[in-house]
Amino acid sequence: MSQRPEDDAWLVRPTTIKLLWRILWAVLALTVAAHFVIPVKGYFSIESWYGFGAAFGFFCCLLMVLVAKILGFLLKRDENYYRGDQDDV
Amino acid sequence: MFDLLPPALILLVGALLVGPLRGHWRSAAVLITPLITLWAVWQVPDGVSLTLPFLGYQIEPLEGSALRRLFATIFSLMAFVGGLYAFRHAKWYELAAGYAYAAGAIGVCFAGDLITLFLFWELMALFSTVIVWCGGTPGARAAGIRYAIMHLLGGVILKVGIEGVYVHTGSLDIQPMLATSFDTWMILIGILINAAAPPLSAWLADAYPESSPTGSVFLSAFTTKTAVLALILLFPGEPVLIWVGIYMIMYGIIYALLENDARRILAYSIVNQVGFMVCAIGIGTELALNGAAAHAFAHIVYKALLFMSAGVVVYRTGKSKCTDLGGLFRTMPLTTVCGIIGALSISSFPLTSGFTTKTMISQAAADGGLVTVYFLLAAASAGVFLHAGIKFPWFVFFQKDSGLRPKDAPWNMGIAMVIFAAICLILGIFPELLYQYLPYPVDYIPYKAGKVIFYLQLLLFSGLAFFLLLPLMKRTITISLDVDWLWRVLAFRIGKALYTRLSAAGSKLEAVVQQNLVNLTTFTRRHLGVGIGEESRGLFARTWQIGTTTLWIAVLLTIYMLVYYL
Repeated sequence: MSQRPEDDAWLVRPTTIKLLWRILWAVLALTVAAHFVIPVKGYFSIESWYGFGAAFGFFCCLLMVLVAKILGFLLKRDENYYRGDQDDV
Repeated sequence: MFDLLPPALILLVGALLVGPLRGHWRSAAVLITPLITLWAVWQVPDGVSLTLPFLGYQIEPLEGSALRRLFATIFSLMAFVGGLYAFRHAKWYELAAGYAYAAGAIGVCFAGDLITLFLFWELMALFSTVIVWCGGTPGARAAGIRYAIMHLLGGVILKVGIEGVYVHTGSLDIQPMLATSFDTWMILIGILINAAAPPLSAWLADAYPESSPTGSVFLSAFTTKTAVLALILLFPGEPVLIWVGIYMIMYGIIYALLENDARRILAYSIVNQVGFMVCAIGIGTELALNGAAAHAFAHIVYKALLFMSAGVVVYRTGKSKCTDLGGLFRTMPLTTVCGIIGALSISSFPLTSGFTTKTMISQAAADGGLVTVYFLLAAASAGVFLHAGIKFPWFVFFQKDSGLRPKDAPWNMGIAMVIFAAICLILGIFPELLYQYLPYPVDYIPYKAGKVIFYLQLLLFSGLAFFLLLPLMKRTITISLDVDWLWRVLAFRIGKALYTRLSAAGSKLEAVVQQNLVNLTTFTRRHLGVGIGEESRGLFARTWQIGTTTLWIAVLLTIYMLVYYL
């Protein structure tokens, strides 16, 4: 694609992406800030800790991505792996 | 009598009509029979309404209840929208197989006894295999054979269990049981194989993505969800299911994160979502079973929607690997939006059907005091957003510009997607519409400010994690090994090694035998051989003088006498 970035779809221009990141940060801040106003009454006391959902979500994802990455070394094979070793069944 | 026509039979007739009819008549049959079936589903009263003699047993092919009607409703609806999605593009035999498959699922819904359940169960196995084969590639053919072997094995195990239960209890009724004996374990295992539970989960992600773009839409709906229904009917509150479910949830997330093929990502997330339902059935309270049923209903809709949007992409571009796709939002706005709605629903984003159904399961875990399960489910919700909610739309429709500029969905596929996208949103905004049809009365309020904030934090920060960790998730052109490696590769290699050894041993044995044969021939020729002259004959082939012969006879007789007297 030799076209200039301004010619591409609005959504993928660098300026838009910068804007979208700002919106994302703002929304994230808002959901955490809303915790001041709205009490989160979870089923277990730990859930009402300030920003628990945010931290829990973030770190769970971090953990899952890392676990997947490590398992990937063990489990990932070339996509023709099964075709190489046997007939079509 | 007409109002008692089994709904499965109506759809089966529809499947039979698809073949001989042509043109508009076929389209009419495809679009109308599921609607008649849907009407018939709602005519089925509670309790057994049909009893037939079958091979000396009394079977009950038509038993209604709120739960059974709920599942049959979504299966009929799925057949209709799937038919609408497929009827202009799929081969006629794929459509017919799809409807016969759906008829099997509806038959299981209303099965009043284990024999009927088993018959429709096998009908599904049969026709779903045909749908996998309709993929038409050598890969689809091979995957279809592996799929058929797995499901026939599951069917045999289920049948062993059913026969055992009949022999030991004398009853074929479908009633709650626990896995306490060999028979009930066999039934449980037979059902769990269809639910893609560990260790036999691999068939699902192996076969579904090999089918045609239209076939995968049908496949995504029926097999695993009839297994969920069968588990609700037969094993509510079976504790082992809680951990089976949790395993399935985590398995789905990890494998989907590793996967490159867009439809295979969705296939893994079926295992993940069915895990939520299986876990709920294990919890077994009224709220949990309501949650499992509601989640199955919502899941069929958004999963089919996701497979439809992926199907449009495959149909238009012929590609399904994340590494080949990207940037499709430019020319496929409708498919992108519908895919995103499906992705948000599967992630249980507030205002979608996933939120109003999956949170019931979490609440049931909390009510039961299952702290670990509750937090694992919450973590899994974050993980679902990660692996399906963002990953699928991001890699297919956004990320880099792949340069592909395909047209958007054909009109019928577009309408099908819009119908299901609308249901996702309607059930998210007006959950009572679904709650009133659940098997038990519902006093559950999904939208509490605190809970919404919690989920928004959970999901949005998962989204943040996704974009921050993108470098770690760079797609690679790979597949991931699963338990089926054990028989696809290990058993194959062992067999091959055994074959080589045996054939080596065989040729050695052959050489020895041959050598001995040669020796024997030489030996016999030497002693018995008949030559031309007297001297060239073998020892025993020569002419002997009478005196010598008599002497030998006398010696032999003496030996005989001695032996006799001894």
